[in-house]
Amino acid sequence: MSKHDSNKRKNYKSIIQDTISKNASRRKTKNNLITVLLFCFVVIAIIPLGSILIEIIKNGVGALSFEFLFEAPGSIGSGGGGIGPAIQGTLLVVAFATLIGAPVGVLAGVYLSEYSDSSRTFAYVLRLFNDVLTGIPSIVIGITGYITLVLTLGSFSILAGAFVLSIIMIPIIARVSEETLKLVPNNLREAAYGLGLPKWKVIYHVVIKGSKSGILTGIVLAISRITGETAPLIMTILGTSLFFSGFNSPVDALPLRIWRLASQPYPSAHEQGWGAALLLILIVLSLSIILRMFAQQRRITFKSTT
Amino acid sequence: MVNLKNCTILGVSILALSLLIPVYTNSVNAQVTINGAGATFPFPLIDTWRVEYKNVNPDVNINYASIGSGGGIKQFIEKTVDFGATDAPLSASEFEKAGNAVHIPETIGSVVLAYNLPEVTTPLKLTGPVIADIFMGKITKWDDTKIKEINPGVTLPSEDIISVHRSDGSGTSFVFTDYLSKVSPEWHDSIGVGKSVQWPSGIGAPGNEGVAASIQGSPYSIGYVELAYALTTQMTYASIQNKEGNFIAPSFNSTMDAVSSAAGTLPEGSQSWTNVTLTDSSGPNSYPISSLTYLLLYKDLSTNPSVDEQKARSLVDFVEWAITDGQQFSESLGYVPLPQSVVDINEQTLKSLTFKGTPILSNSTS
Amino acid sequence: MPLKESKYSHADLVQKLDLRTKKKSFFGDKFFKGLVIGASLYTLLMVALVLFSLVDGSLPIFVKEGFNFVIGTNWNAVEGRESFGALPYIVGTLVSSAIAMAIAVPISIGIAIFINEMIPKKMSIVLAFVVELLAAVPSIVYGLWALFVFRFWIRDFVEEPLHNSLGHVIPSFAKAPFGLDVFTAGIVLAIMIIPIITAVSREVIKAIPHSQKEAAYALGATRWEMVKAAILPPAKTGLMGASFLGLGRAIGETMLITLVIGNAIGLAAIPTSLFSQSQTLSSIIANEFNEAANDLHLSALIGLGLVLFIITIFINIMAIFIISRVSKSYSNLRE
Repeated sequence: MSKHDSNKRKNYKSIIQDTISKNASRRKTKNNLITVLLFCFVVIAIIPLGSILIEIIKNGVGALSFEFLFEAPGSIGSGGGGIGPAIQGTLLVVAFATLIGAPVGVLAGVYLSEYSDSSRTFAYVLRLFNDVLTGIPSIVIGITGYITLVLTLGSFSILAGAFVLSIIMIPIIARVSEETLKLVPNNLREAAYGLGLPKWKVIYHVVIKGSKSGILTGIVLAISRITGETAPLIMTILGTSLFFSGFNSPVDALPLRIWRLASQPYPSAHEQGWGAALLLILIVLSLSIILRMFAQQRRITFKSTT
Repeated sequence: MVNLKNCTILGVSILALSLLIPVYTNSVNAQVTINGAGATFPFPLIDTWRVEYKNVNPDVNINYASIGSGGGIKQFIEKTVDFGATDAPLSASEFEKAGNAVHIPETIGSVVLAYNLPEVTTPLKLTGPVIADIFMGKITKWDDTKIKEINPGVTLPSEDIISVHRSDGSGTSFVFTDYLSKVSPEWHDSIGVGKSVQWPSGIGAPGNEGVAASIQGSPYSIGYVELAYALTTQMTYASIQNKEGNFIAPSFNSTMDAVSSAAGTLPEGSQSWTNVTLTDSSGPNSYPISSLTYLLLYKDLSTNPSVDEQKARSLVDFVEWAITDGQQFSESLGYVPLPQSVVDINEQTLKSLTFKGTPILSNSTS
Repeated sequence: MPLKESKYSHADLVQKLDLRTKKKSFFGDKFFKGLVIGASLYTLLMVALVLFSLVDGSLPIFVKEGFNFVIGTNWNAVEGRESFGALPYIVGTLVSSAIAMAIAVPISIGIAIFINEMIPKKMSIVLAFVVELLAAVPSIVYGLWALFVFRFWIRDFVEEPLHNSLGHVIPSFAKAPFGLDVFTAGIVLAIMIIPIITAVSREVIKAIPHSQKEAAYALGATRWEMVKAAILPPAKTGLMGASFLGLGRAIGETMLITLVIGNAIGLAAIPTSLFSQSQTLSSIIANEFNEAANDLHLSALIGLGLVLFIITIFINIMAIFIISRVSKSYSNLRE
């Protein structure tokens, strides 16, 4: 026992003695009151989620149909057609963003975890820039995408959208990858080196494969974060009523479609807007549930390796 | 067990499926896609054209993003879209920057002063200067003497006026501020005309619908929206005093009167339209806040490098259809069809369009 | 839970392995290392690209207005009268975020304590998941809900009563409420950042050594007394870091704000009461970016982006700094 600890204990002792001298039932009441108060906080936080889900289901479920999911929008206000291009666009933009963002993010995470000792300053700068990148508001990244890609390529395109979203993904994936890779026990690395494997094979076969559910968690987390992004997409993919027609023309996305539908005066458009919101929420929430599954599984994998 | 390989396969197959959707809805042939962007006001009309034109020419896809007039002009000048659409003509500097732009009026709109006064059932009358004072925050109560004077016999509540304006740059704002600048010298000097101006007071809401929703959601508010929006949302709107002193309610007829009284003064398509305005126009029955809304094209369509000859022809064909046959869809959507005089000007403009120097229309086989 | 420690530290090992690879010098190793460093450089490049595009794009406005751009209150895009100042939107951003923080921080920390310390583990897993779901709702959906549903709740159940009872006494409540104002924006922002602050706060609280809590219980403390004595004091810095992370998110939020803040322009955007319409840096960019045909106007909007960038970076670095100090304070506790 160190001196420090005994000091601490004195501190508690005075607090506890102080309170014991008061009425014990009053202490209990206070404890219960605060528990109730904190419970109220939880309720306050959950009410919006409940209300959002109720409104979206109430207003949106009527819009759902085969036509709604797979067809291009009918003329506005007619209530016909669907949001096929928006669904396709969201899938494509997110897929291409992941194609850029996931490898870069994971490899940057690998650097931070496995190579950071070869240059501590570089690793420090990388970590700092990574955190900076996480904090940049998405609309600012949208401006960058507009200036660097839309203006130079001369058109709104899926590429600009994917590029912008990948910038949002990279730091999230890098951070989670670094943390999971570091969790791989060193004796696993030692064992692999002991078999005479070169470093890259050790990293690939042992470190990366060993923590793939953790890495996937990072990727899914990043995907669920970008699926709902709206502001940077307005500046890069613009939105359209057509299905994907090439890499140099605008594409649509669910959040954009919601935004546009909500700003029309026709009730049928609002209904479609709520329907699109319902779909977006379903996608994002199921990603969250997948995340949960990964997290559960990660716990299991590491238990078995130790 | 979640497996990396399974996940990849799942991802790739979703991707492949999503690419297949257009095949399923059989819309990938040798097709031309025309991209446009701009004003929100004509969006319902252009969007109807998009669907109807499929019946005329199934190989042409029209794609129009309603991002606001300012956006339409900007994207047109940046050549990120094939055509722009705007409620306000190009300003002198924009016209110069665009190089060889032509204006093609495609429909007509009027701006309506919509209000929410639960107690008042008689339609309200307003004059230009009173509207200017309300939006400058000088008249703050509904029972202000200036409003009472022009509405004898109407009991007005003693409530604060909430004025609602567009928060995004908008041709609607341009038309509205253009009108206010003409009728109120003070507005002209302190605020001016623009797609987005520095509003001294009030609430900004995005889009016509944002304004409409804000008015409907808040008693004692007033704001400006396009006629079509006011009609579809069944809002109450004010009659406005025109140049000749009559109080005119916005309608198809009163808007058409305003256009026909100004039609003779319109320039050619390739000239500058900067000074074209229909607001505060003469004629005893003219509604004072009306405006043409324009499609923007390049006089030589090859100016935009992403437009090839086939696309250029499709684009011109589409526009020609829109200003003639396409006008039949106007009225049911709350738009005022173009008078013949304006269609004639447009036909001339379309004939003058070229691709790499060769006229497009005379070349076409149709 | 603790993994079996190798006798080499992670750093030792990596260094040793580096020596090994140097000797054998596999092509694969060089290639892989190149790939990894390439990805890292790409990340750095992205930050540089964002910064460069902002600085480059906003140059014209700084050349014309100089520092006045930051402290000016005019915002006039009318041709011939161009004048742009960022101050109202900086104020709007700070005020709406401050309201959000005032609401979100106590609630989030309360929820974190409740979930981690006050209820059985099974219940806490469920509750934690629900709060995570809140974090997953896209902000455009929050916006839709706030515009069509929530703003009427706020107007009828909070703003009207406050205005009617206290409006003539306290100037903050003096303006007739409308539901689309800086107050509503702050509350919806709070709803949005509560799950973020809660998640980080839970991590902070979880990291406090068990011995501390056990000691408090051993002395007969109730749950709350344990929290007060053994959790809040050591977690203080970490909770501050969590709050800063939430603040960083609040300041950059766009679509939600655009829908509910009322979008005032120029001087009118400086809120004079809680129920004033306002505008934030990000919302005015979203409102006007696609519309700005005028070069100077566009440059001014990019300039606002630069100001926003600097503010968020400052806040995030503060958060990083605070959080990095937390681990040190915990190691003190463990001694």
